[in-house]
Amino acid sequence: MEKMKPVLEVINLRVSYYTDSGRATALDGVSLSLAAGEKLGLVGESGSGKSTMALAMMRMIKPPGRIEAGQVLVDGTDLTALSEQAMLKARLSKIAYIPQGAMNSLNPVMRIGAQMVDAIRAHDPRASKASIEARCRHALESVDLQRNVFKMYAHELSGGMKQRVCIAIGILLQPKVIICDEPTSALDVVTQRQVMETIDRVQKKIGAAVILIGHDMGLMAQFVDKVAVMYTGRLMELSPVREMFTDPLHPYAQALINSLPNLDNKGVFQGIPGIAPSLLKLPGGCAFHPRCPHVMEICKNVPPNFETVRDERQVACYLYSQKA
Amino acid sequence: MADLLEFRNVTKMYSHGLLTRTSTIALNNVSLTLTEDEPTVLTVAGESGSGKTTLAMLLLGFIPPTSGQILYKGRDISKLKGEEQMRFRREVQAVFQDPFAVFNPFYTVDHLLSVPIDRFKLAKSGAQARDKMAEALTAVGLRPDEILGRFPHQLSGGQRQRINVARALLLKPKLLVADEPVSMVDASLRASILETLRSLQKNYGVSIIYITHDLTTAYHIAKSIIVLYRGAVMEAGDVDTVIKQPQHPYTRLLIDSIPWPDINRRWGETEIKAKESELGDAGAGCKFYARCPFAMEQCKVLPPLFRLSEHQAASCYLYGQNPQIESERLSELLPV
Repeated sequence: MEKMKPVLEVINLRVSYYTDSGRATALDGVSLSLAAGEKLGLVGESGSGKSTMALAMMRMIKPPGRIEAGQVLVDGTDLTALSEQAMLKARLSKIAYIPQGAMNSLNPVMRIGAQMVDAIRAHDPRASKASIEARCRHALESVDLQRNVFKMYAHELSGGMKQRVCIAIGILLQPKVIICDEPTSALDVVTQRQVMETIDRVQKKIGAAVILIGHDMGLMAQFVDKVAVMYTGRLMELSPVREMFTDPLHPYAQALINSLPNLDNKGVFQGIPGIAPSLLKLPGGCAFHPRCPHVMEICKNVPPNFETVRDERQVACYLYSQKA
Repeated sequence: MADLLEFRNVTKMYSHGLLTRTSTIALNNVSLTLTEDEPTVLTVAGESGSGKTTLAMLLLGFIPPTSGQILYKGRDISKLKGEEQMRFRREVQAVFQDPFAVFNPFYTVDHLLSVPIDRFKLAKSGAQARDKMAEALTAVGLRPDEILGRFPHQLSGGQRQRINVARALLLKPKLLVADEPVSMVDASLRASILETLRSLQKNYGVSIIYITHDLTTAYHIAKSIIVLYRGAVMEAGDVDTVIKQPQHPYTRLLIDSIPWPDINRRWGETEIKAKESELGDAGAGCKFYARCPFAMEQCKVLPPLFRLSEHQAASCYLYGQNPQIESERLSELLPV
């Protein structure tokens, strides 16, 4: 298959939060691209900037946060340059966001159907009632929910069903990019599998690119094509999923993979020593250097570039850089 | 030999409705014994709605059972008074799921640790109280000088959860109930919390009931496991056997649904038969009937536990040729 033109390009995206105790750069020059139909996993500890990344792509960063630089191109359109009005239209039709707690993102006093109709109306005010309803019911069916869910309230549904309603709303307008922010973290394993299978199926059907945000490496191994590892707002490594799991390059990615429990090493718990630094007081150079087992002099002073070191593999580490 | 904790045919039903009372069975006839001399780690696993949190609440004495008895050192916990009740409250401790919600943001973390010291009069002087706090924090792998005097928002989720474990440890408990202690903590920090819990069992002789839906961590920390589904025991036994060779169709489904962080082990070799939306009332029979790919006519009658080996039993007619074991003797299956 020839290399497709990317449907999503994030170029040098930078987001800062201005707090009383100083500026916290939650996203520091992140660039990545994604082709149609591709699935990218974005992993990192809490506070590493994964959710900021999702919100920035949706342009939903609220003060005191601000997008300071960079571009988000979806299908060639730069979302960061759109007017507020045009951005309203772009959300859901170009880029959709499936939030973390589905339980809390549905309106408890509106029927599911009314919330779906709202979403379509906002983008297509002249559509006929019948055609809107047909689209909604079709969306519900494609996530394996019965048509009568249309008339139900959120409290009548289980957690997995609510999450699938959110997916149905997300795909109503066939967006090019779907961002799923820990879509299953509140669900148990069986429901989680059903929800992930649903996302997989609808994604294939509409050919959208998916970004899956989370810290469950198991889910990543089972679901995505590429994994991006974030740490303190920067990308540390981006590799195809197989390489990431069998031969991680960045020391942080290695520690992350080694800390995973499996069935062969019962009772061996290997955490990552040290704790993630505060964004307000980042160490100089590579942000991971105080915890890194391979730290060198240069790591403490100059942050490494995020560069391609092998086929389809990008990493920000002097161990692999020519410049060191 | 005194039993530390005993569940005798405990059933918990939640009823609602004034005229037409409808009730949900959250826990159905569970018997369980933990002995005092052999501290162990027992996992209670199951999906949401399986009754695992109800079990924790019952055992902490927060809610009374609908029928059956819960005994702590031979005494019914609902009848404990005065001195004995204080002893029960001190010796049975809990660590809850959400490390963010248990702290009062207006107080420094010292407050969380000093309240139990005052309440149970564990220290004679302020200096002794500080020593005790420092000792408990060190035991869970935290540096007291980095923790004491800080506010909860200055600490990470993993640190907060370890403070919770330290608080429990302060009281020298005999039994620790850990209800999903790592589900809200980053994967990279889970390891250290589990390690902390396990060292409590080893070094301080604390028995731990580890309640979770995550069978991977259960496998690593526990000796034995009870798998619950809708309040009924589906399978129980040695954790290695149950997780590596699950027999009950529900346990198999659970194990098969774990997204293993292993690129060569693909997800979902068995198909999920029923959607959760189609679940009807399970009725009197096997609770898993509606979703079970092997459902048979006789499953409409509640299956007893069939003993598969010394340390494994499943409540399923597929193993009907094996000897039955009464639910009162469940604990015999659990190695310590």
